[in-house]
Amino acid sequence: MSAALRRETLQQDLDQFRTAVRQWMEANCPESQRQAITPEEQFWGGRRGEFASADAKLWYERMRDQGWIAPEWPKEYGGGGLTDQHARIIKDEMKRINARAPVYGIGIWMLGPAILEYGNEQQKQQHIRAIINAETRWAQGYSEPGAGSDLASLQCKAEDKGDHFLVNGSKIWTTAADKCDWIFCLVRTDFTVKKQEGISFLLIDMDNPGISTTPIGLISGESEFCQTFFDNVKVPKENLVGELNKGWSVAKALLVHERKLMAEMGSDSPRKIVVPNEAAHKYLEFENGKIADAQLRSDLIDYNMQMHAIALTHFRTFEEKTNGIRSAAPLVMKYLGTEAEKTKSELLLAIMGTQGLGWEGDSFTPEELDTLRLWAMSKAMTIAGGSSEIQLNVIAKSILELPQS
Amino acid sequence: MALVLNEEQRLLQDTAREFLDSNAPVAALRKLRDAQDPLGYAPDLWQQMTELGWASIILPEAFGGLEFGFMGLGVVMEETGRTLTASPLLASAVVGASAILLGGTAAQKETLLPAVAGGELTTALALEESHHHRPHQIATTLENQGGEFLLNGRKTFVLDGHSADKLVVVARSSGGTNDREGLTLLLVDREAPGVAVTRTIMADSRNTSNMTFEQVTVHAAAIIGEVGAGWSILEPVLDRGRVAIAAEMMGLSLEAFERTVAYLKEREQFGALIGSFQALQHRAAQMQAEIELCRSVLLQTLSAVDETPEQLPMLASLAKTKLNELVKLVTNEAVQMHGGIGVTDELEIGFFLKRARVAVQIFGDTGFHKDRYATLCGY
Repeated sequence: MSAALRRETLQQDLDQFRTAVRQWMEANCPESQRQAITPEEQFWGGRRGEFASADAKLWYERMRDQGWIAPEWPKEYGGGGLTDQHARIIKDEMKRINARAPVYGIGIWMLGPAILEYGNEQQKQQHIRAIINAETRWAQGYSEPGAGSDLASLQCKAEDKGDHFLVNGSKIWTTAADKCDWIFCLVRTDFTVKKQEGISFLLIDMDNPGISTTPIGLISGESEFCQTFFDNVKVPKENLVGELNKGWSVAKALLVHERKLMAEMGSDSPRKIVVPNEAAHKYLEFENGKIADAQLRSDLIDYNMQMHAIALTHFRTFEEKTNGIRSAAPLVMKYLGTEAEKTKSELLLAIMGTQGLGWEGDSFTPEELDTLRLWAMSKAMTIAGGSSEIQLNVIAKSILELPQS
Repeated sequence: MALVLNEEQRLLQDTAREFLDSNAPVAALRKLRDAQDPLGYAPDLWQQMTELGWASIILPEAFGGLEFGFMGLGVVMEETGRTLTASPLLASAVVGASAILLGGTAAQKETLLPAVAGGELTTALALEESHHHRPHQIATTLENQGGEFLLNGRKTFVLDGHSADKLVVVARSSGGTNDREGLTLLLVDREAPGVAVTRTIMADSRNTSNMTFEQVTVHAAAIIGEVGAGWSILEPVLDRGRVAIAAEMMGLSLEAFERTVAYLKEREQFGALIGSFQALQHRAAQMQAEIELCRSVLLQTLSAVDETPEQLPMLASLAKTKLNELVKLVTNEAVQMHGGIGVTDELEIGFFLKRARVAVQIFGDTGFHKDRYATLCGY
């Protein structure tokens, strides 16, 4: 078979698949599951997981039975066994009818792919199927009070006690850990070598004695993050993923999935976003078609120009990628994008004046209240996922090749 | 829209860089400055540049042009920014030629454009009347005297005005001092009776001039476009000039930045290369981030000239603003990071600093373009 013919056959196959998926979605996705979801309606699975409605349960079960909770994972563990292209079609068709994600969780987004790549057969049998069946909700145990930007300096230790590890220490920013069943952790297993080389990747059942979790109140008023403490926790040896002291490689592979997730979450926000231009027309005085407050007008122009330039740079990186051209642009985007988000939040508050400072109550619209909470949350954007300072270090080192001290 | 260079444009870039490095480095500008050269650029260099086709890059083939478009022009402008090359490229081959191309009669185009393309004729735009870019605040008058016209007024900051053969003058034929309506573009010989030109010595050692027009007689055949309808020609001409100077500023910024980063890797203090200090690393990294943004904006604006001209006004103002800010940031940091040697005339960084300040004023400073961008956005 010629290459052209093979391509054509493949395309026919994909087209047929798309038609089938479309028909199935139309027939099986309940109407109530085809509209924007609120945070309260999300199903995160696990022992404490509850469906918000009978329709939500039905929708999850149908998708699970179809193998489409994780379409690209192998069939033998409950996945769909499909190619990336086929999985893409399922996502496209869900988006087309505005279908909700049947289940949320970092088990599906981040840990699953890492176990499939680094885990052994027993771990795949135990954990992959449980993730797809929404039996386990996972937390991530990376950062520590003393190890933030300098993650590799983590001190939470796992001592070899023959048939088990004995874990002592604590993890911070463990998202929703008070609702999770299991936690995957980076732990120190060797104190005598270079810091990255003494780290291992452990799976820990949170029902183990010695584990406790407290929520952390944030400036936004939310407390989705927790701190989790480990006090002489016994963890079976078979819960080690990958080789002993090679956990840093697993963590790096997982980080790729984390970034992908963050990118998708941005475009999938359930909140109604207030745009600075619209806010300006609503909250500011105009004279002769111009915003009367010269400072705010100038700040708004700066922000809009920056966003215009950032959008064009996203297009450029896409075009460069298509043309096989390497450039420095992708490495500066996290820094620029998150700084611009913070600028936007500050600008919205300035435009809204005191009406943007309401904490709660009927004196403010839901959008106004949301704007303030998002402003508080935006402060985390230049800290999480590699702070702005870390991003600048990376640019200085890998693009400018400046000497390291 | 193209946000990457094609093969042809990359080739043009290599040729331009190679040619300018060996024929017109920054040292050539220093020589012109120190010799107080009366012309302010090297005519034989300009001749070579026109032989390479640079003076005809944006012109259609029908008028002896290369028809490489603004993406091609941008590549060459950027390289001349790296070497701070003094030449009539911007004033004559981009701005003056565009005025004739976009607004001129068939006769004007046929006689003038091939001569511009071949380097036998240079043009310049006589627009500004104050120390800030105010393109429709025009007091220079053009009076109709029954078929002939009389031109009176004064102009300033005319790029390459002292050496241009033909001046494209912006004058008011009707309306109030700040109206867009009532402006007229016309051609005047620099040596015509009643025209007086004084070269101004500017910080960047390049060429601008002041000029006065006293009872200058203008024939109807010298009017570009229609009397009173000059704004519709002038605005796109200025946008083309803005994106061209922005491309030069990109090259200027890149060169100053690269020289500075190289210095960070060789200068030692406190027993260490200063580039290992985080205080300097982060500032350099922030400049790199701004450079990436400017690169995308510039490419989009260059390609808009030929492909989506309806987007040009907003993009040109975005590009000029972004490049104004970049060039100021980078040249200031270049001087500061070089330390003491950065403020000596011996080091070439000072030439970049000075050219940057003049370039910021050409066809609109940051305030002008921020206001224009916001007005176009409706706030």
